[in-house]
Amino acid sequence: MPMEPFALPKAFDEMNGNDGLRACFAGVARWLDGTSHDALGVKRREAELLFRRIGITFAVYGEGGDPERLIPFDLIPRVLGQGEWQRLARGLEQRVRALNLFLKDVYGKRDIIRAGKIPESLILGNETYRPIMEGFVPPGGVYTHVSGIDVVRTAPDEFFVLEDNCRTPSGVSYMLENREAMMRLFPELFATHRIAPVGHYPEELLETLKSVAPERCPGTPRVVLLTPGAYNSAYYEHCFLADEMGVECVEGADLFVRDDIVFMRTTNGPQRVDVIYRRIDDEYLDPEAFLPDSMLGVPGLMRAYRAGNVALANAPGAGIADDKAIYPYVPEMVRFYLSEEPLLSNVPTYLCERDADRAYVLEHLDELVVKLTHGSGGYGMLVGPHSTHAQREEFAARIKAKPAEYIAQPTLALSTVPTLVEAGIAPRHVDLRPFILTGGKGVRIIPGGLTRVALREGSLVVNSSQGGGTKDTWVLEDDAVPASGQSQSQSQSGGGFQSQSQAQSQLHEGGPQAQSQSQRQGG
Amino acid sequence: MLSRTADSLFWLGRYTERAGNVARGLTVAARMAGLTHRDEEWQSLLVATGAETGFFEKHEEPTREAVLHHLILDPDNASGLLPSIEAARRNARQVRAALTVDMWEAINDTWNEARKLAPAALTVDGLAPFLDWVKARSLLFYGAAADTMLRDEAWRFTHLGTMLERGDNTARLLDVRHTMLAKQPEAEGSAIDYLQWQAVLRSVSAQRAYQWLYHTRLQPNLVAELLILRQELPRSMIACYRRVDQTLDALANAGGGRRGECHRLAGELHAKLKFGRIEAIMDGGLHEFLTECIDRNVALGGQIATFYLTH
Repeated sequence: MPMEPFALPKAFDEMNGNDGLRACFAGVARWLDGTSHDALGVKRREAELLFRRIGITFAVYGEGGDPERLIPFDLIPRVLGQGEWQRLARGLEQRVRALNLFLKDVYGKRDIIRAGKIPESLILGNETYRPIMEGFVPPGGVYTHVSGIDVVRTAPDEFFVLEDNCRTPSGVSYMLENREAMMRLFPELFATHRIAPVGHYPEELLETLKSVAPERCPGTPRVVLLTPGAYNSAYYEHCFLADEMGVECVEGADLFVRDDIVFMRTTNGPQRVDVIYRRIDDEYLDPEAFLPDSMLGVPGLMRAYRAGNVALANAPGAGIADDKAIYPYVPEMVRFYLSEEPLLSNVPTYLCERDADRAYVLEHLDELVVKLTHGSGGYGMLVGPHSTHAQREEFAARIKAKPAEYIAQPTLALSTVPTLVEAGIAPRHVDLRPFILTGGKGVRIIPGGLTRVALREGSLVVNSSQGGGTKDTWVLEDDAVPASGQSQSQSQSGGGFQSQSQAQSQLHEGGPQAQSQSQRQGG
Repeated sequence: MLSRTADSLFWLGRYTERAGNVARGLTVAARMAGLTHRDEEWQSLLVATGAETGFFEKHEEPTREAVLHHLILDPDNASGLLPSIEAARRNARQVRAALTVDMWEAINDTWNEARKLAPAALTVDGLAPFLDWVKARSLLFYGAAADTMLRDEAWRFTHLGTMLERGDNTARLLDVRHTMLAKQPEAEGSAIDYLQWQAVLRSVSAQRAYQWLYHTRLQPNLVAELLILRQELPRSMIACYRRVDQTLDALANAGGGRRGECHRLAGELHAKLKFGRIEAIMDGGLHEFLTECIDRNVALGGQIATFYLTH
C-alpha cells in the first residue's frame, strides 16, 4: 500500500489526473470551461427545487432542524471510462460471489473454519451471526441479493474496498434520481456523451427477486417490499423502489402468517406473498425468532421462511459477511472458494482485539481512521489527522476498555472530483457505492453506482448523515474521447446563456431521434 | 390494495374535508357573533364539531379567543383545523405512491403554510383571510383529486372518506340549530331566526342555491329540505350518502361482489333519505331524525373499517 505515514499525500484528482486532463473527463471539462459560475448557480437552484418537489428527503435523527432535509446534490458528474469500470466490475462480481459462498458455508458445513482460514470464535461469537439460519439453504442458494460494496480510489488503477454492505444497503434511489435530474438539467451533455443507462435498476431488482421465489410458489411470484415505516430515514427510497417495481410497500402489520404461509391484508381479503424484499433489520423481522418486543416485524415469518414458503431478500444473518471484524478475511474467502486471486484489495485493517495491532493503533492514532466494528453511517468514528488531542485521548481509553469493538485503517488519500462550492469549482473527496444484484441466474451490476462526496474542504467523511453530498456517476459506453465539435462552438460563443441556447438548437438539428436516443441512453 | 393504504386514503379524505368544514363553520360563527353579539354562536360551533366536551375540560367560558384557539390551534383537539391538516398530511405521506403529484403538493404545501399562518388567525384582522385561505386550499385539494386521480380503488376510498365526513358535517350543522328550524313554516321569523337560517345555508355555501331552487324568502322547513333531501345540492345529506352508497357499490363490484354490513347500512341510510319527505321528518322531530342519522354514520364508519380497512 502506498501510504505516507504523516500528512496526507496529494490526492489523485479524477478529472485532472497526475499529468493533465484525463480522457473520460474531456467533455465535462469543456462544458465547465464554457459555462459561467452564475449559470451553474441557476441550475443548482433548479435542481434543488426539483428534488424538493419530488420529495426526496433523508431524515437525520438526533440533530434537530428540518427532519426531512435534502441530501446536497452536486451538478458536476463523476465520469468513469469503460475500461476502468470493466476492471472494477469484475472485481465486484468476484467479491460478491465469494461473500455468498461464505454465507452458505458458515451456515452449512463450515469448511472455511475447519481449513483454519477464519477463527471460529470470530463467527460464532459474532452478534450478527444468526443460529436460526443453520442447516437451511435459502431459495436459489442466494443470501445477499442486493449488495453495496463501498469502494475508494487512490490512483488511476488503485481501487480499495472500504466496506461491504450485505444487509439492506440504501442509496440506490439517489443514483436513479440524480441521473433523472442531470438529464433534465443538461440534455446537451447527454447528447455529447454516450453514458451507460442506470434506469433499468428497478426492473433488474424485480427480476432478481422473482428469480429466488420458493420452488413451490404457484404462478407468478408476488413480491412485496417490507419497510419499517414512514419514520425510517430511507422511507422515501422504499416507496420509490416499490412504486418503480409496481409492488406493494408493506409494513409489518400488513402481513400475517397462517399455516406457515405469509399473507398480506388487502381490501379484497388476504393475499399470499412469495418474496419479501425486506428493508428491516434482522432483529426486528420476527418477534417470535428475534427481539420479542419488535412491533415492526411479522410474527411467524421465520417459520414460513424455513418451511420454504417465502423468500427473504437479503437473507437473515447475511450481516456476518459484512461485519467489520470479518472484512479483513474477505480476500482469503476469494482464494478459498473461487481459487482466484482477489481483483479488488482491502484497505489494510488493524483489529484492536489483537495485541500487536492494538499496540500499533494506540501508537499511531493521529494517522489512522478508527471505526466501531458494528457501527455504521460514520457515527462513532475518529479521523486521526483531523482529530484533537482530547479526542485521541478519549478514543485511546475506549479502545483499551473494549478492544474488540474497534478496528483501525490508515488514512487513505481518497481521490477527488471537481465539485461546485461557494467559491467556485474545487476538488472534493469521493467514494463509490456500486449496487450488485445476485439472483438465481447469477450476478448483475448496474454501471456506476452512487458517488458520495465530502463537501467540506479536506473532509474524508462522505456519509449523508455527516454532511456529505452525492453526484451522478457516469460510465462511458466507450473510451473514445467525447465528440468535440459542439463544445468548440460553445467556447466561441463565450457566455453561459448563449452557449446554452446553441447547444439546444444543435439538439434540435439532430432531430427527435437524437433526443429520444439520448434519453434512452441516460435512462 | 393494502388495507392500510385504503385506511390512509379514507382518512386523508375525511381529514381534508374536516379542515374545510371547520373553516366554514368558523366563518359563519364569526359573522353571527359580530351580528348578534352573543357567545352562544361560538358554543353552537363547539357542539357541531363535536368539540364541546374537550373544550370545557380546559376552559370555563366559550369566549371568542378560547374557541378560536381550541378549534384552530389546540393539538389536543383531533377535530381542530390544524390537527386535521396535520393528520391529513400524515396519512398522505403514508401513501405517497397512491397519490398524484398534484394531490401531494396540494396537501403538503397546505400543511407547510398552515403551520406558519395559523397563529395569525387568532387576531381580529387575521381570522377571515386565514379561513378563506383554508377553504381555498381544501377546494384545491379536491380539484387535484378530481382532476388527476385514476378512477380506481385509491380514488374510491378517498372519495368515500370525503363524502362520509361531509354528510356527517351537514347533519351536525343542522342539528345545532334544529330548534330554530322547527318553527312553523307560515310563522314570520324574527330577525335573529332569519340570521340563523341564513347561517345554516352559508355554512354549506348554499345561500344562492336556496334562491335558485325555491324563489322565496327563507323558510325553515325549506332550508331543512334543501340540506337534507335535495339531490341538486352537493353538500346535502342525500347527495353525500348517495355517493357513499354508490362508492361502496363500486368497491364491491371491483372486488368480485364481496359485500358486508357496511353495504347494507349505506343502502339503508341512502334509501331513508331518498324516500323521505320533509313534512314527515319535521312531524317526527327534526332533532330525532338528525341524531339517528349521525348515529348511523358512526356505525357505518365502523363497518367500513371492519370490512375494508383492518381485516
